[in-house]
Amino acid sequence: MRVLVTGATSLLARRTAELLIERGDEVVCLQRHVAPLDAEQRLGDIRDRDHVAAATRGCDAIIHAAAKVGVVGSWDDYHGVNVDGTNAVVAAARANRVGRVVHVSTPSVAHVGSSIVGGLADPPVTGRHGAWYAESKAIAEQNAIAAASEELAVVAIRPHLVWGPGDTQLVGRIVQRARAGRLALVGSGAALIDTTYIDNAASALVAALDAARPDAACNGRAYVIANGEPRPIRDLILGICAAAGVEIEPREVPRRLATAVGALVEGAWRLRRASTEPPLTRFLAEQLGTAHWFDPRPARHDLGWEPTVSIDEGLRRLTAWYAEQ
Amino acid sequence: MWHVLDHGPAEPVGTIVCVHGNPTWSFHWRRFVERFGDRYRVIAVDQLGMGYSERTAQRRFAQRVGDLGDVIDALEVTGPVITVAHDWGGPISLGWVLGNTDRVVGVVLCNTGVAVPAGRRAPALIRLAASGPITDLVCHRTRTFVDGTLALSGKRVTSVARSGYRAPYRRARHRQAIADFVADVPFDDSHPSAAAIAAVAEGIRALTMPVLLAWGAADPVFDDDFAHDLAARLPHADLHRFPTMGHLVVEEADVVGVVEAWLADRVEVATVGSVAGVTRDEPPAAVMPSAAGPLEPIWAGLTRRANDPSPGFVDGATGTETSFADLHQRVMGIAAGLASAGVRPGDRVAVLVLPGVDLLASVYASWRAGAVTVIADRGLGLRGLGRAVRGARVQWVIGPTKALAAARVLRWAPRARLIAVGRRRSLGAVATLRGLARSTAPLPPEPRAGDPSAVLYTSGATGPAKGVRYTHGQMSSQCDALAALYDIDVDDRLVAAFAPFALYGPALGIASTIPDVDVTRPGTLTAEALVAAVGSVAATVVFASPAALANVVRTAGAVPDPRLASVRLVLSAGAPVPVATLRAMADLCPNATLRTPYGMTECLPVADISVPEIDAAIVGSGSSSAFAGVCVGAPVAGVLVMIAPLDFDPLLPVESVGVGVMGEVLIHAPWVSSGYDQLWRTQHDARPAGTDGNTWHRSGDVGHLDRDGRLWIEGRSVHVIDAESGPITPVPVEVAVERLDGIDRCAAVGVGPSGCQQLVVVIEDPNAPEGLASTERATRVRSAVDGSVAAVLVLHALPVDIRHNTKIDRAAVAAWAARVLAGGRA
Repeated sequence: MRVLVTGATSLLARRTAELLIERGDEVVCLQRHVAPLDAEQRLGDIRDRDHVAAATRGCDAIIHAAAKVGVVGSWDDYHGVNVDGTNAVVAAARANRVGRVVHVSTPSVAHVGSSIVGGLADPPVTGRHGAWYAESKAIAEQNAIAAASEELAVVAIRPHLVWGPGDTQLVGRIVQRARAGRLALVGSGAALIDTTYIDNAASALVAALDAARPDAACNGRAYVIANGEPRPIRDLILGICAAAGVEIEPREVPRRLATAVGALVEGAWRLRRASTEPPLTRFLAEQLGTAHWFDPRPARHDLGWEPTVSIDEGLRRLTAWYAEQ
Repeated sequence: MWHVLDHGPAEPVGTIVCVHGNPTWSFHWRRFVERFGDRYRVIAVDQLGMGYSERTAQRRFAQRVGDLGDVIDALEVTGPVITVAHDWGGPISLGWVLGNTDRVVGVVLCNTGVAVPAGRRAPALIRLAASGPITDLVCHRTRTFVDGTLALSGKRVTSVARSGYRAPYRRARHRQAIADFVADVPFDDSHPSAAAIAAVAEGIRALTMPVLLAWGAADPVFDDDFAHDLAARLPHADLHRFPTMGHLVVEEADVVGVVEAWLADRVEVATVGSVAGVTRDEPPAAVMPSAAGPLEPIWAGLTRRANDPSPGFVDGATGTETSFADLHQRVMGIAAGLASAGVRPGDRVAVLVLPGVDLLASVYASWRAGAVTVIADRGLGLRGLGRAVRGARVQWVIGPTKALAAARVLRWAPRARLIAVGRRRSLGAVATLRGLARSTAPLPPEPRAGDPSAVLYTSGATGPAKGVRYTHGQMSSQCDALAALYDIDVDDRLVAAFAPFALYGPALGIASTIPDVDVTRPGTLTAEALVAAVGSVAATVVFASPAALANVVRTAGAVPDPRLASVRLVLSAGAPVPVATLRAMADLCPNATLRTPYGMTECLPVADISVPEIDAAIVGSGSSSAFAGVCVGAPVAGVLVMIAPLDFDPLLPVESVGVGVMGEVLIHAPWVSSGYDQLWRTQHDARPAGTDGNTWHRSGDVGHLDRDGRLWIEGRSVHVIDAESGPITPVPVEVAVERLDGIDRCAAVGVGPSGCQQLVVVIEDPNAPEGLASTERATRVRSAVDGSVAAVLVLHALPVDIRHNTKIDRAAVAAWAARVLAGGRA
């Protein structure tokens, strides 16, 4: 199978491309900068429809992982990459008669701030002001799912809090802040959070790619992917810190305070048009202060996927990786 | 013009006709349409002038019966019919049923009435609403009657449903029929509808098709009296009573589920046109010859010692002794006195007497007189006690002044006749216990083995206590089983530290005593009180709850010589007994065997085990089975135990799962109680038939049988954690965790939706902060448990039951854990 992987400089897309290559698939990757992969590279902008169409030519499937993440930037930036980029991928798939698209989405497309306890992949929520990442990804997922048809199978995968060796988003930030002595827990740290070890997230994307057929149950549906091992956020953070060799006793910050501070910080960052990611955002405060875990059955049933690396095993691999660094 | 809901498949198995009352409408029956509409044709009418039917001039009762027939005919209903009715719909539907007995195969009635029950007046609320000008004001000109009806059910009716009920009655002109209905209630014989309704009330006595009364007992209008008035007219009716639900019981409770189970069981719907009601008698009470020979009456042990001057009962608090001869004489005297005071066989007698000789005498005398004793556990609390007595509908109350006052003032039994314990006939009591004891009247005939003897209310885990019905035969065979199991003979003497167990003394023909302890808190029994009680009768047998034994062990240091040399047998039951407590107790009783019977209010004993046998079980079945739950031993002689699949269908014959496989524990024994009082569905669900033809009792416990036939209990079925990987039972997890140092007690609970629940372990530790356990402790717990533990939490004190102080309320723990783990406060 010839597979186009977009956004392959990200950890998840790169790991997924590696899995595909390992099992003998032919991988083409499309991103702005060279990705450390032994694959055909089509450097360019995801918003460039002609470029995306050209890269797609001859492919059987697309894993669309290119996205703009974070909170910094204008609505136009987010909309351009996340919505226009997805539209370009869908248009290219149709034009080139590609049979399958796996759209990498995020649980935050359906996130409305309350705790999620054994939740399902709820429909995307749009019309949110300010949360541009979630808003643009929600529209993008809607557009991708709307493209599902009898000729084109589309599956949206929402990996929840992906972490692992080399991850700068979650592990990197926690360890960096812990080393700086500035790590705080939101609330009591008891909120149950499910996470996804990087290899599991990658294997889920591959499983979705294989399951995506026009007549399959998963066509036109979204799935939340996670390890299925929710843990109190404090246990996770302490586990990650221990893996990195950082001894900490985190402070506890009340959830409401954290959310308020997050809002302030976001506003200040926006006013200053800062280009670095802020230390705390409302979204992050909610993510860290309320339960977020999902019913694993739909993904396991429809995609035939099971996570293979447990949290404990993941932490062991992270420990080994930090030891090498 | 009628407004009618008419929904069903092309070929319905029958028609369910739903008739609403005042001031509701067909909306009331929407769940029936949802639930039955795929198999039955479900017709729910809006009566004329009501709901969205045409507004008409006043329709009298007889016209409304005719109207119902007209609409059923107009809808060309063919085949078998089941009527379901509420409030005013009750008599109207019954009026139609009387003319159509050839095609009505089932009748369901909810909170309705056909006559004012004997000995009382019409409900005050209805009398008020029906008093002349007020009728127009509350029913017609204002929405008071509609809103009042909804208000009676409180928050149990959702706001959405409230708007539904109100929708057709927004303006005064919509509400004329509400007032007309109220004005049609006949308060005297001259009322135009009185004769027609009276004819229905008498006519239904001839009905033979199955009848279900589904009743909200907290209805101030159609209360229990109305249910029993109907039950008296329809003696074959099944009653399911919802103790805390009100007038709109269909809205408040799962009436539709009860009706579904009832239809499946009682109304056999084979094909259209060939439907027959199944009238099933209660299974005859199991009267089996026991190991000891033919059954003797429960008081036979006492009768054998009728001339014995030695102490039969010693009151631990006062030291007062009562000889067997005196006790026998009192019991027989009171029995004769009860009969001459008017107690008839089958009458229900609430015995609200504190444990002591008066309790023994009252209970045995009631039994001898053929009455049914209603005995409620003090652990229920005042509210639960009142609910139990009220629900049991007792005709007699025996008790001290305080209890008699409660019966009257708190309206536990407003019309019961009272018998005072004490010197004076307080509060209009018809007799005193002392007076009855001196009776010279002849003894009434003895009750037979199949006759009802008792209704026991014990504190349940959740919800109102259920009344458990026993017959004389069941009680006698239970006593025989206990005597055989523990080799009880006349030389034994019993200390009942769990007071209700003192009732076994006279039945076993042995002396008994109750130690000096607060009966509402048996867990406060001290070593000093136990030593005194054992000494007072040179006791050979001690029965105590696990909590009481634990406290005895704790307080043994304060007694100079706490050794109980005369004791040969210590029994403890009611909850799992920690092995450590048993061992410490063994040190105090050097000559005693320690045994723990397993059983429940509905059946005791089921199984039995001693400390050495517990050890042998753990060693014998391999090291890992130490984590397999709590071994309660092999079923005792006469008991069959079956392990049924967790998700078995109670409507189909049940088949056992294999050895070692976890499932629900089902029991069959001659001493299993008859069933639950006035809870048709509970009874039905709790007594499935096996593929072996036996009727089984569902214990509500889950567990497995091992290779050697021993029963292992793994928890309550409602506490099973429904994880994605399959069900996880709490006890094996708890046993494994409690083996860790520094953890005495814990609870394993599930959080999250069923099918993907996460396992959470909550540790009891008064010295650690509540909330997340320390990382070190969480790691140890995780490594001790075979499986994925999502979180380890700490509580200063786990919530436990009042009675035994040992049964953990895992549902409450789970709710707390869910809140904390969702990000809430600890």
